[in-house]
Amino acid sequence: MVADRWIEVGRLDDIPRRGARQVRSPASAIVIAVFRTAADEVFALVDRCPHRGGPLSAGIVHNCAVACPLHGWVIQLDSGEAEAPDEGRVPRISVRLAERRIWLSASDVEATVALDRGLV
Amino acid sequence: MRSGKPGRERLVVVGNGMAAMRTVEALLARAPTRYDITVIGAEPHPNYNRILLSSVLAGEKTVDEIVINPGEWYADHDIMLLTGEPVTAIDPAAATVMVADRTVIPYDRLLLATGSKPLAPAIPGLGRSGVRAFRDIADVDAMVAASRNHRRAVVIGGGLLGLEAAWGLKRRGMAVAVVHLMPTLMERQLDATAGELLQRDLDARGIAFFTDGQTEEILGTGRVEGVLLADGRQIPADLVVLAIGVRPNVDLARAAGLDVNRGLLVGDDMRTSDPHIYAVGECIEHNGQVFGLVAPIWEQATVCGARLAGDEEAVYVPPPVFTSLKITGIDVFSAGALAAADEADEEITLHDARRGVYKKLILRDDRIVGSVLYGSVADGPWYVELMREKVDVSAFRDQLVFGRAFAERTGVPPSLDVVAMADTEQVCDCNGVSKGRICAAIRNNGLTTLDAVRAHTKASASCGQCTGKVEAILAHLGGLVVPDPDPPICKCTEHGHDAVRRAIRTRCLTTIAAVYQAFGWKTTDGCQKCRPALNYYLLCAWPEGYRDDPQSRFVNERVHANIQRDGTYSVVPRMWGGLTTPGELRAIADAAEKHAIPTVKITGGQRIDLLGVKKEQLPAVWGDLNKAGLISGHAYAKGLRTVKTCVGSEWCRFGTQDSTALGVKIEKMCWGSWTPHKVKLAVSGCPRNCAEATIKDIGVVCVEAGYDLVVGGNGGVEVRVSDPLARVATEAEVLEHVGAFLQLYREEARYLERTAPWVARVGIEYVRRRIVADAEERRQLHERFLTSQRVVQIDPWAQRVDGGEAHEYRVISVTS
Repeated sequence: MVADRWIEVGRLDDIPRRGARQVRSPASAIVIAVFRTAADEVFALVDRCPHRGGPLSAGIVHNCAVACPLHGWVIQLDSGEAEAPDEGRVPRISVRLAERRIWLSASDVEATVALDRGLV
Repeated sequence: MRSGKPGRERLVVVGNGMAAMRTVEALLARAPTRYDITVIGAEPHPNYNRILLSSVLAGEKTVDEIVINPGEWYADHDIMLLTGEPVTAIDPAAATVMVADRTVIPYDRLLLATGSKPLAPAIPGLGRSGVRAFRDIADVDAMVAASRNHRRAVVIGGGLLGLEAAWGLKRRGMAVAVVHLMPTLMERQLDATAGELLQRDLDARGIAFFTDGQTEEILGTGRVEGVLLADGRQIPADLVVLAIGVRPNVDLARAAGLDVNRGLLVGDDMRTSDPHIYAVGECIEHNGQVFGLVAPIWEQATVCGARLAGDEEAVYVPPPVFTSLKITGIDVFSAGALAAADEADEEITLHDARRGVYKKLILRDDRIVGSVLYGSVADGPWYVELMREKVDVSAFRDQLVFGRAFAERTGVPPSLDVVAMADTEQVCDCNGVSKGRICAAIRNNGLTTLDAVRAHTKASASCGQCTGKVEAILAHLGGLVVPDPDPPICKCTEHGHDAVRRAIRTRCLTTIAAVYQAFGWKTTDGCQKCRPALNYYLLCAWPEGYRDDPQSRFVNERVHANIQRDGTYSVVPRMWGGLTTPGELRAIADAAEKHAIPTVKITGGQRIDLLGVKKEQLPAVWGDLNKAGLISGHAYAKGLRTVKTCVGSEWCRFGTQDSTALGVKIEKMCWGSWTPHKVKLAVSGCPRNCAEATIKDIGVVCVEAGYDLVVGGNGGVEVRVSDPLARVATEAEVLEHVGAFLQLYREEARYLERTAPWVARVGIEYVRRRIVADAEERRQLHERFLTSQRVVQIDPWAQRVDGGEAHEYRVISVTS
């Protein structure tokens, strides 16, 4: 593992099974949602539903998806795609899980921050 | 050996199968701390669903997916689990059991659930390699392994288990033949017609059958090579699966001197001949019967769990037995008698050979005593219910065989012949509408519902007497979609809310995973629709035993605040009956300023809403409010929201009773409760009704003579004026009626169903019958409500101010 390419955000046990935590970098307003599934897989998405910007981190995690708390859109955690018939996609951030610690890809985080700045 | 907790009795459970663990679950639901429990299982696995072994064999499920109670479950409930170590002896005089490694374990109560053993008759060659029973995970592993290296399998036994084994092996790619002693398959569960249909369908799927086949010898030199039948037929085989039945496993019990016949004898209280030893499941014999199907065993587990919990009233009454076959795409269901036993019995049959549908009902004295269904089995559970409840079916026997949805369409005259009606015939006498006009309206406008026909023609829109006729015409023209009486909860299951709820209680399901198992959920993890519903149903059924699952709750109930469109939250402290004090108002004002809360608003429920609070701020805001004595108003909950009041006789010149004080009393009784949907109450001090009680879930309107109680009102999307429930004389009666109504709603309404549609669905007459007419039932419902309330009236805000669920309110910060 190349240390400067991955950012450690905490332990697997910091997130409840079928739950999520918000991760924020002081450098940006952007919030990343890190999810833990029932099967202990970990995924990270920008914490903003493509529909009306709801915080996906507050949704109900089931199988490999999360239901947005605002209007119930279902987003696939692995692809970031909205479940049909809804259409939309949430930017993903690559995750590494090693020894029950969670690492986010620094370049993916930077890319989403840049994308966010471009949009604002 | 662990020392155990003081004051607890020791319960030792021999057997770690479905019957044993269901009993333990039933016990824990009632008395979670009564015993130190040790479970001893012979198989090296946690408790799994033996019924689904056939699905594992067929490759439709994995072993992990059929585990009912994983290792953590035992740990969570402080249960000591010993697996892979069979019990070798029981000493009832010393009250101990001995395990294979010679450990001696003492007990105060012993539960035996040793299950059954495969029947193995004296057929020569049975000991050859390649011959297996179909009983446990080891057998399935061996069969799966054989299917990889070998081609031909013979299953001996054409009963339920044998056919499931045959299908599983077929799915694994083997050529499969079934040898069956009797002329038709599954003769204990199916009549000859259904048995033949089943054989035809399985034959079409490539399974060969040798019926009337008596196995003479298993051939081979070393490994099995074939099966020889008594009539000389020979079937080549590389694998032989013996599935001709089971017998109770009573070796331990017999050696211990317990009374044993075919099975271990138990009474209605599930006790053996030793009063400290109980037994359940396939090892027992009750009233001359032994058991192999799941329904009676669940009932035994429920009764035995209750007995162990100290309930001396629980008595085992064998429920009607029903069977269904787990072969994908083949639907078989049977319950009770298979055929008329004598002249007093009647049979109703429907046989549609082309569609492959066969239904037979056996009636005695206008009651169903048996049913055999093939090809269309959705109504099986309904028939079992009619059997169990001994319902007189004479009023709808014409429709019975067509199923519940058809029979329950009330008011349809059974013999109405729409075709024979002339177009000029008047259907609706009130509005003078003919059949011809109704037909034209349906055809020209593509109408599909009764309401639409009413809107277009006025037929059945006045007195409603002709509703049945209008529905029949609509159905005849293909328009009427018969509503499903219990629609599926979500896409994860075909089962409805009502069926699942019933099973949670009657089959003692105590976890979400157990519900998935019992109903064969299609997803391993449920979804955002079913999980909150199941979490609520379990919480309602087992208020003291069930552990709430926060991850199966909508965000508002998980974080105890209302999410807003921008992702911030709102905070609404409770104001009892709409009363507040200068001190509380000051605390709210201070908190709003200190935390820079952008909006402060008076709500419709007579409280104050602080809007725009960030999630991370919530515990601090709550902490400040708590200091002034303010607690959560549950404005985010599917639970009790507010009790709105007017000032009543204390101040108002029209007030007849002290409505404000009564409202406070009701709110003190009800706060914190979880309900299928939100619940809003109001108390008005006089019929002028300033608290708008008649559009609330429960309203109290004070009058000179007492209190008028109204229920099922709603001021939302679809305004519904409440229905009158009762007039009572005292505040105590008000409280008892309110508690009883809420409990009935909690126990019977579907999740996310407000009281208004629920009352409309079941009818106010039904509610009155349960709550007003039956004083004893009302008392019991109220009592159950108060029991549930004892564990929930803890301020969730204070718990979180003290650091509970901290992960919900903390953002992880990183530097990148």
